[in-house]
Amino acid sequence: MRPLRAGARPAVTVPMGSAAPLVRLDGIDLDLGGRPILRGVDLVVEAGEIVTLIGPNGAGKTSLVRVALGLLAPSAGLVARRDGLRVGYVPQRLAVDPALPLTVERFIGLGGRLAPGRLADLLAEVGTEGLGRAPMQGLSGGELQRVMLARALARDPDLLVLDEPAQGVDVLGQVELFDLVTRVRRARGCGVLMVSHDLHLVMAATDIVVCLNHHVCCTGHPEAVGRHPAYLALLGPTARGLAVYAHAHDHHHDVAGHVVGEAGEDTRNARG
Amino acid sequence: MDDILIRAGLAGFATALAAGPLGAAVVWGRLAFFGDALAHASLLGIVLAVVADVHPWIGVAGVGLAVALGLAWAFADPRVAPDALLAAVSYGALAAGLVVLGMVRAPAVNLFGFLFGDILGVGSADLLWAWAGAVVTLLGLAVIWRPLVAMLVHADLAAVEGVPVRSVRLAFLILLALMVAGAMKTVGVLLVTALLVLPAAAARGFARTPEAMAVLAALGGCLAVAAGLGLSFAADAPSGPSIVCVAALLFALSRLLGRRA
Repeated sequence: MRPLRAGARPAVTVPMGSAAPLVRLDGIDLDLGGRPILRGVDLVVEAGEIVTLIGPNGAGKTSLVRVALGLLAPSAGLVARRDGLRVGYVPQRLAVDPALPLTVERFIGLGGRLAPGRLADLLAEVGTEGLGRAPMQGLSGGELQRVMLARALARDPDLLVLDEPAQGVDVLGQVELFDLVTRVRRARGCGVLMVSHDLHLVMAATDIVVCLNHHVCCTGHPEAVGRHPAYLALLGPTARGLAVYAHAHDHHHDVAGHVVGEAGEDTRNARG
Repeated sequence: MDDILIRAGLAGFATALAAGPLGAAVVWGRLAFFGDALAHASLLGIVLAVVADVHPWIGVAGVGLAVALGLAWAFADPRVAPDALLAAVSYGALAAGLVVLGMVRAPAVNLFGFLFGDILGVGSADLLWAWAGAVVTLLGLAVIWRPLVAMLVHADLAAVEGVPVRSVRLAFLILLALMVAGAMKTVGVLLVTALLVLPAAAARGFARTPEAMAVLAALGGCLAVAAGLGLSFAADAPSGPSIVCVAALLFALSRLLGRRA
């Protein structure tokens, strides 16, 4: 039993009824190796809502996600999950060891048995048709993220948790990925909790932004957070005056990620 | 003479069949040192079995299970460096085995046979133990196979999807301990890790799925046993090392012939 700080509430996980939020974290404290990682963090994800955690490196974003997933027990605070909640998880880094022969098909099947025909539907849903028999090790960063998303979706999740889904993906690929997340949410009505270090990229694809730096600095709709003094102070002057990243699709990619048609050069330098 | 070779071959096949899929998982999880730790600890098991006057297999399996439990428990603590822990268990248990061996002065313990195997000395009872161990290992592995592979690919992802990661890891270590105990008579504890790792590594270039690699590793292990015994018989060489030499040769050949699928 981990010793609790004086006055701290013990960590408990409780089930909630079907009208409740998907996940509710209340006053979460977390210490790892004697270092305080999280202090008094509250977080709620409602059904059908996209919540984005944003903050600098080392702010505790991934730790908070791990607490929400039940992978880490908080030092104090309450973790409540809706009864029978199905979670689809896309972890931050996944490198399949080269010594392990694994096709995309088998990787998705590792999450649970799939009904016949389901695999093709899932691959089509995330835009990686025809990759079923490809080895995992040969995928590009964007393809890997989509394949991981397909495995998460195979569980028909009520809640989708994505930890830095844009990692290892170029800017255009990131935009398409967030578009995909938005489409998936609309089609399936699931809640989404995702981690990002880049507010302007996720603005269009998120309902609530939670700005985290060990504690919650500010929270709200993305435009409001983008103007909030706490957000500007935390992410520095580079964050000031950022244009909301809007883009139009003027080209498409084939499954290998090559641009088909005209590439829009002006969308590449959106960071102003 | 024929009987001896047939018994030796059958015992070797039992070991190789169990070692194939287990070895594949060992390779995927980079767990070769687990095999070493379990193997080194088994000397303590043999000596204790002599002291308690039971079959050596029982002593080895008992100590192996204790080591598996201890390792699974200790690995739950992220502050412990895995290689240091494995070295501590591996060499601590080997040294303890040698100390106890010196204290009890058991002349019945054939140290050379223990270290390098004594497959030509396999009796009917040994054969029964070897096959029982292999069948239990393979059945157990079949039960935990999908969760095991899922865990080795990404433990957190598997845990979120409902895999009881700790139990699967413990079950795997227990199966590994059983296999090591069974391999003691065939190739000896110093070479058992080679029989785990080499056929699996050799199979990699010819496999596109985890299952194909596991099956190919089992078949490659059987080939190494058969050819190694032949070599041992023809050249009057020690059989355990002969088997491992063939396995190493298969691995080298696979690097030349196998295409990475």
